[in-house]
Amino acid sequence: MGMTMAEKVLSRASGRREVQPGEYVTAKVDQVMSQEAFAEVYRILKEEGVERVWNPSKIAIMLDHYVPAPSVAQAEVHKLIREGVKKYRIEGWHDMQAGICHQIMGEKGHIIPGELVLGTDSHSTTYGAFGAAGAGIGVSEMAYVLAMGELWMRVPFTIKFVIKGNLPERVMSKDIILFIAGKYTTEVAQYKAIEFKGPTLERMSIASRMTMANMGVELGAKFAFFEADQKTLDYLLPYVREDAKKRVGFFKADPDARYEQVYEIDVSRLEPQVAIPHDVGNVRPISEVEDIKVNQAFLGSCTNGRFEDLEIAAAILKGKRVHAETRLIVFPASWEIYLKALREGILETLIEAGAVICNPGCGPCLGGHMGLLAAGEICIASSNRNFKGRMGSTEAEVYLGSPATVAASAIAGRIVDPRQSKQ
Amino acid sequence: MTLIKGKVWKFGDNINTDVMAPGFVFNAPWEEVRRVVLHIHPKFTREAKPGDVIVAGKNWGCGSSREQAPANLKKLGMGCVVAESFGRIYFRNSVAIALPSIVCPGVSEAFNEGDELELELESAQVRNVTRGTEIKGEALSKDMLGIIAKGGIIPALREKLKIKKLGSFAKPRNQ
Ligand code: SF4
Repeated sequence: MGMTMAEKVLSRASGRREVQPGEYVTAKVDQVMSQEAFAEVYRILKEEGVERVWNPSKIAIMLDHYVPAPSVAQAEVHKLIREGVKKYRIEGWHDMQAGICHQIMGEKGHIIPGELVLGTDSHSTTYGAFGAAGAGIGVSEMAYVLAMGELWMRVPFTIKFVIKGNLPERVMSKDIILFIAGKYTTEVAQYKAIEFKGPTLERMSIASRMTMANMGVELGAKFAFFEADQKTLDYLLPYVREDAKKRVGFFKADPDARYEQVYEIDVSRLEPQVAIPHDVGNVRPISEVEDIKVNQAFLGSCTNGRFEDLEIAAAILKGKRVHAETRLIVFPASWEIYLKALREGILETLIEAGAVICNPGCGPCLGGHMGLLAAGEICIASSNRNFKGRMGSTEAEVYLGSPATVAASAIAGRIVDPRQSKQ
Repeated sequence: MTLIKGKVWKFGDNINTDVMAPGFVFNAPWEEVRRVVLHIHPKFTREAKPGDVIVAGKNWGCGSSREQAPANLKKLGMGCVVAESFGRIYFRNSVAIALPSIVCPGVSEAFNEGDELELELESAQVRNVTRGTEIKGEALSKDMLGIIAKGGIIPALREKLKIKKLGSFAKPRNQ
């Protein structure tokens, strides 16, 4: 019987020839990711007297949620993390000189197609863009994994989204994933694995795939896979350590794998999409939400802070000005992206248009710091969540859109269709 | 057989972890945090008592991986959450910290706020004592029940470390 990508990963990880959806297994973990949550993981391990972790070479830790430390309390958290990293001789340590965790995992060579990667962050589904089984867990479970190297898992059923058609200009992969959340609800993949497939995605950049895998968790998914194809290999190989290169290969489901449900979507006439407050599933085509005044436009996050996102924003903002009553804040997702955008003049264009460029990190995405919203304020954001109170005041509102929509709205001072601002 | 009994607080669909553990009180003392846990239900924040239980709609605990979401509910003394469905990371976290979460399609219809609920944990049998009706949820796996019985995944880890006598891997816990 053919297997889905999730079944392949979990059968290998649990040492079985075959597994069935719904079954419980104990899976050996291939790679681990933790950010500021590691402070709590470390505190637990210390309290339990754990002197050594299961495998320091398979653990990656970085600081991204609150960098540089915005308060003394956070500085203490970072200090504790650095202590833990030293104590356990963690090999994949990046401090705050790397960027947002999910971007860094690929860029620093920690992701291998077909492997099981658990992170203390819900958007660990992002690794599915490389054909890896990425999933989020909490801090207690992570403490268990760091000590034992394994964890119980339920084999998920798999659903498939087949995407066809050429995306219209200035309509992005973010619009596809928002459209799915709106049409099929944020529960469509509850307890399930997703496989994204189809000609549109074969042509799509790795960055655009990451946006969709990232938001797989907003559909309730455990894993959100793309096939690992030639593009994946070309992207990953320069980053992966010499001794791990032989593990990097194509990875996909068997042709006769079983799917619980298959959805087909033609995106050739897709409009830009916007998720309105306060739920990711409250999605409207942009023509229905235009003219909402925005106080802030936020370009960044692990969803849409990549080079192509900054590039399209710069193309839209070139020679224009951010609206006088709107502030545009930009967070490149990593140092590598930051440097590239700097060298190619993208940052210059954005600054000239009136953007404030901040250092790579999560910034205001989860209401931490650097651009929080006051009561009554409205933000158009390229990030992934618009929950009440997510980006500051519980009386503020967050709308989610693509980087193109964010850039065009920053100029207009209100939500507008990025295709209209084209000359 | 474990019986969990309590007065019901009711919630709708898609209640996310941000409202159970808001980012803006991450570093705040518990006295401050407790006032905003589930701030979307002002009566709950003022009147919920230890021993109460929660009945919720679909996708309870969707959103982030923050373990504080179920942990805060446990700290408030909630006995269990019975919902139409759960966000998966929340569900794992609630097992990990030993707050029983039971998937029970139809439960929203079966309870009004203030009703008395009785859950038989192992069988996932859910009773509305006030109405005198019963409904069956999905039983947890043996592994999950085992973790909950031990008080969470950390006590379970403690036991494993002891049994395996992992030598220098783990030193005895300071009491
Ligand atoms: S950018 Fe936002 S969603 Fe992504 S890891 Fe940071 S806080 Fe989470």
